[in-house]
Amino acid sequence: MMDDNKQFKPLKLYFTVEQGDFIRAGEASSKIKKVLSQLGFPGSLIRRVAIAAYEAEMNIVIHSWGGELEAEIGPEHVTIVARDRGPGISDIALAMEEGYSTAPDKVREMGFGAGMGLPNIQNCATEFIIESGEGRGTVLRILIAVKE
Amino acid sequence: MAAYFHSVTLEKEKCMGCTNCIKRCPTEAIRVREGKAKIIDERCIDCGECIRVCHNHAKRALTDPLEIIKAYPYPVALPAPTLYSQFSHKFKVDQIIQGLLNLGFFRVWEVARGAEIATQVLVKYLENHALPKPVISAACPAVLRLIQVRYPELLEHVIPIESPMEISARLAKKELEEEGYPVEQVGVFFISPCAAKVTSVKNPLGVKKSQVDGVIAISDIYGPLLAQLASTASVSIQPRASGAGIGWAVTGGESRLLPFTQTLSVDGIANVVRVLDDIAMGKLKEVDFIEGLACMGGCVGGPLTIENSYLSKTRIQNLSKKYGMSYLEVAPEFAFSEFFWTEKIEPCSVLVLDEDLALAMQKLETLDEIHKALPGLDCGSCGAPTCRALAEDIVRGLAVEIDCIFKLREKVTDLAERMVELSSKLPPSIGKPR
Repeated sequence: MMDDNKQFKPLKLYFTVEQGDFIRAGEASSKIKKVLSQLGFPGSLIRRVAIAAYEAEMNIVIHSWGGELEAEIGPEHVTIVARDRGPGISDIALAMEEGYSTAPDKVREMGFGAGMGLPNIQNCATEFIIESGEGRGTVLRILIAVKE
Repeated sequence: MAAYFHSVTLEKEKCMGCTNCIKRCPTEAIRVREGKAKIIDERCIDCGECIRVCHNHAKRALTDPLEIIKAYPYPVALPAPTLYSQFSHKFKVDQIIQGLLNLGFFRVWEVARGAEIATQVLVKYLENHALPKPVISAACPAVLRLIQVRYPELLEHVIPIESPMEISARLAKKELEEEGYPVEQVGVFFISPCAAKVTSVKNPLGVKKSQVDGVIAISDIYGPLLAQLASTASVSIQPRASGAGIGWAVTGGESRLLPFTQTLSVDGIANVVRVLDDIAMGKLKEVDFIEGLACMGGCVGGPLTIENSYLSKTRIQNLSKKYGMSYLEVAPEFAFSEFFWTEKIEPCSVLVLDEDLALAMQKLETLDEIHKALPGLDCGSCGAPTCRALAEDIVRGLAVEIDCIFKLREKVTDLAERMVELSSKLPPSIGKPR
């Protein structure tokens, strides 16, 4: 997985994402979306990447102590890697359930934290891996193929 | 593809080459070149923002003159409901209709009636089809074009039914044909608050050919019609549209007729852009229906209107109350099978840097480098709306770096310093070698 076409130099984008910064939240994924539009990718791919990147970015803002978002764009697929510094997910299977959320009330009042983040990413992704555990950072690896 | 027709055009002699319009354009479709604004056809969505913002009135919409109706023995007026809001409340809708007849129209077919039918078709369509949420209204032609050029991935959210104007044109022609008038002698003319409607008649989206034969600006018919109104006080014509159809002229007029609890009514093209951005990021999924209108206040704020749009809005709301919200027009059975788009709207993204992905990627990297080196003031002196837009123009081969006056100044300074340095150098035959 995540092995890019050898002859093709993929384009890499990198963003840092701050914890709790709701003002800038969404800027990284918005930038990724714009780049894909400028590169001429089909709408269906742009939509899936935009949604997955946005959910991953919001997860860092809402649930983590800060982290980063990386996008690697190749002709066959786009990969998004979201890394944060913790606190980690103790039960990944539970986190993947629709409607399950650990978001604090304050965040829910803002309209976030509906427990759909990870399931939404799953729906958009061709391949999706979560590496996490209690007390360490979380890494989301999302691969989205151009061909649906 | 056929050459682009645009309603919004430039009157060169009036243009001062300032930067007001380039800054305001939602699709960055204008550049200043050789002291004049230049509209990039592929990007223009005919929203009319530049018409509104130009102090010199150098931007205008190409519409048909009133005289065009003489070309047809049986001209039919299709007044947009906005027309009713342009005159004092003491002039009633029946007087306005009579005024149009006095101006030479053979018949008046109110577009508000078409709006009532469009609403019924729309509701039925959504009962039978599951579109991705939120579904987006196709009512505003500028917003539809905006989606086509900037958000092609959202085209599948758009409800593919014909506009009230098209529906009215078809039904008006059908009505006269059934009464025995030769259809080729019937000309149907939309009385428009909107520049984008002109484009949607000449270059329709969703239908192969528009049934409308010409578009007359409200601003052009206003004077002649006002002159007629005084003499129409004693007429009595039964208007055939309800307050529901008339209400389409203002923001929210379409949404409130729909059986949804979560609707958004958004007006002003910049606000529509913000909402479309959100939808594109997968947000607003809880919303059922979005009505996005390019003009503030809705069609009453159109660039071809005369009256203050806030007053117009109040008048439309009063008319809606007066005529009531139950439909006077019942959609004919064939409406539910015929009033749909027959043509797929092809995405027409103007953002793509190159058809070839590898080249596009290279250009994007160069673009980022150029952008970083520009001052970031977005001053517009280069003729592009932002530094980013200039960088884009440069990688597309449409501009060069020293179009930026700051870059030019840097170059001149470098050159001047180099000349000073050279002037202090002496050949060894005269001075000491250094």
